[in-house]
Amino acid sequence: MSQFEPKIVAFVCNWCTYAGADLAGTSRTNYESNVRIIRFPCTGRIDFMLLLKAFQNGADGIIVSGCHPNDCHYTSGNFHARRRWIVFKSLLDFMGFPTERITFSWVSAAEGSKWAELVDDVTDKIRHLGPFEDFNKLDYSLINQLNDEGLTE
Amino acid sequence: MIIEAIREHKLTGIVVGACSPRMHEGTFRKAVDKAGINPYLCEMANLREHCSWVHSRSDETTQKAIDIVRTLVEKVKKNAPLFPIKVPVTKTALVIGGGIAGIQAALDIANAGHQVIVVEKSPSIGGHMSQLSETFPTLDCSQCILTPRMVEVAQHPNITLHTYAEVDSVAGFVGNFDVKIRLKAKSVDFSKCTGCGACWQKCPSKKIPNEFNAGLSFRTAIYTPFPQAVPNKPVIDRVNCTWFQKGKCGLCQKNCPAGAINYDTQDELLDVRVGAIVTATGFDIKHSDFFPEYGYGKHLDIIDGLQFERLASASGPTAGEIRRPSDGKIPETVVFVACAGSRDKAKGIEYCSKICCMYTAKHAMLYKHKHHSGNAYVFYMDIRAGGKSYDEFVRRAIEEDDVNYVRGRVSRIYEKDGKLMVIGVDTLLNAKPVTIEADLVVLATAVVANQEAESLAQKLHISYDKHHFFAEAHPKLKPVETNTAGIMLAGACQAAKDIPESVSQASASASKVIGLFSASEMTREPIVAVVNRSAPPVFTTCTGCFLCEEVCPYHAIERDEIRDRQGHLIKRAAKVNAGLCQGCGTCVAMCRNKSIDLQGFSNEQMLGEVMALLNTPF
Repeated sequence: MSQFEPKIVAFVCNWCTYAGADLAGTSRTNYESNVRIIRFPCTGRIDFMLLLKAFQNGADGIIVSGCHPNDCHYTSGNFHARRRWIVFKSLLDFMGFPTERITFSWVSAAEGSKWAELVDDVTDKIRHLGPFEDFNKLDYSLINQLNDEGLTE
Repeated sequence: MIIEAIREHKLTGIVVGACSPRMHEGTFRKAVDKAGINPYLCEMANLREHCSWVHSRSDETTQKAIDIVRTLVEKVKKNAPLFPIKVPVTKTALVIGGGIAGIQAALDIANAGHQVIVVEKSPSIGGHMSQLSETFPTLDCSQCILTPRMVEVAQHPNITLHTYAEVDSVAGFVGNFDVKIRLKAKSVDFSKCTGCGACWQKCPSKKIPNEFNAGLSFRTAIYTPFPQAVPNKPVIDRVNCTWFQKGKCGLCQKNCPAGAINYDTQDELLDVRVGAIVTATGFDIKHSDFFPEYGYGKHLDIIDGLQFERLASASGPTAGEIRRPSDGKIPETVVFVACAGSRDKAKGIEYCSKICCMYTAKHAMLYKHKHHSGNAYVFYMDIRAGGKSYDEFVRRAIEEDDVNYVRGRVSRIYEKDGKLMVIGVDTLLNAKPVTIEADLVVLATAVVANQEAESLAQKLHISYDKHHFFAEAHPKLKPVETNTAGIMLAGACQAAKDIPESVSQASASASKVIGLFSASEMTREPIVAVVNRSAPPVFTTCTGCFLCEEVCPYHAIERDEIRDRQGHLIKRAAKVNAGLCQGCGTCVAMCRNKSIDLQGFSNEQMLGEVMALLNTPF
């Protein structure tokens, strides 16, 4: 393999970013194929534990994207997502998690080209960061050790 | 083909690898339904918009396509059959506000064969339109076109009219709103009253500013707002009535030949169930006391647009003659100030009030028609006369009726020797200062939301903007609906509007209501949140923290009490009102112990998708 190709998972809302990605499709805008989209009704629906699950299972980068503030189909779901992200990010930062691997963005249904740029930018960034091996490095031996010492259940 | 495959292979879940679910999910779900499979067991893998159209042909692209299908296969495995939610519809509409918008909406819905309840807070329907003299751009008499409609509302077999009443509270959801209407105590038994008028002719409190004449005349404490009022029966204004304030008088009761006056009536609360609500509560205007630069309303001869309407109206306090409120003289020079307050950030009103350009031209024209030798000046910022025959109307004022239009603003008005000195600027003459000695000044003051708009919006759970105008669900594509299903908007409660626009919007919201009433049950997508329930002794894993209630934009979370057979409370838990839930899922992400889940996008389904993606090489 000549170049590292990152795995990127995008958690997007149905009404804005998913539709924006549809628009990128209908207007045949080319972008990096590293992204896999998972459709949610609203960014407010996104349980951020799923982000960790994705990393745990080998994702190198994550995009969370929904409607612009004030444009939420459900009035305020994106605000809740934003608040949750602020809290979640500070928790991750505190734990030393490389939060630059998560990109939080707004892409509207009219912004097909913005979606393409976002995917390209994130892919590029994660390529530079390299594969996300921290979870693998953990290799659970530490946890097993803790278990042996009876420090966890 | 899909139907055949389902039958042949006895499929229990279907993934269609084609285009975006936003485009054809419905199409394929219908096909699946035809084959006897629950339509919600079908998912779309978006291979076209999200893959083949955006990536060139390569192994990676093929791998991506495989991944996309794989994620949806994992999702479908976890899909549960869902059934559309049926909600019964009460085919009665509530119209709040009896102005022209409310009248039009009520008549349209009633003429379609549905029951309508109209609630109007003042003693008569008619609203601001009944106060107007003539209407632009045709100069036809406002009352002549309005009053037949008012009578039609009162006499319509499908319309129940509650005047002098207000909405007290609203519960429930689309199809079934439970509304409490407060019928304010009228002190007059309408079933006995014949509307003869003996009561108000004898009433000794005669110095109460007349709201209908915009304070330019006086009314009595027992009153009908205006001669053509509908219903044409009086009510007692208790705040200004001697009987209610001092405990003596009783002249109206003594003089009523029908024995209809009853001082002991109380406010009554009426419970009604309606399927839809049209909000048509209209607007208010700023009054001259809002403007320090124009004397804070000190000068009787600086009036607002509605006061001028009453002066120009044949049914007004001067029988249609334009006379100064201070001394009753006919003014020789009248200055009209457009944009008084509107489009003025310093006044906190950045928006255009929309109707002023037209009614100012109309006012100037009416004045010139009634007093040919008079001088009319209009100070304006721009003339915004977009609308059918509107610009022609303004041109007519300028060219045929010799109204002097001065482009500039008025900085100050003060009194000097019985004249009003209007200090302005003419920006088209090298910004020269202009002073006009006027006898009467008419301010086209800003249109603002009703004072009670905010509290009503909170009762209805609808949004409003910072100026307290009610918010439509979408500025372009849903201009008559609100974000709360089943509640529509009509007229100037949404934004400043003229009569034709108010009427069109009223008819539009009526058609939305009629559409809603076209079936006895509403069918809704079952993409709603559900709180788990299980057998005793667990009942539910919900702990009753109600974070979900806090974040729900639709007030769809209810507090349920689980009780044993003796009625003892076992636990409090959240419950989703499926009629209100729109399926955003914010509650699901918020829930601490995963007790609430979203049908169609459940935790299991979403996790399945994530896991499917990543256990494979990209």
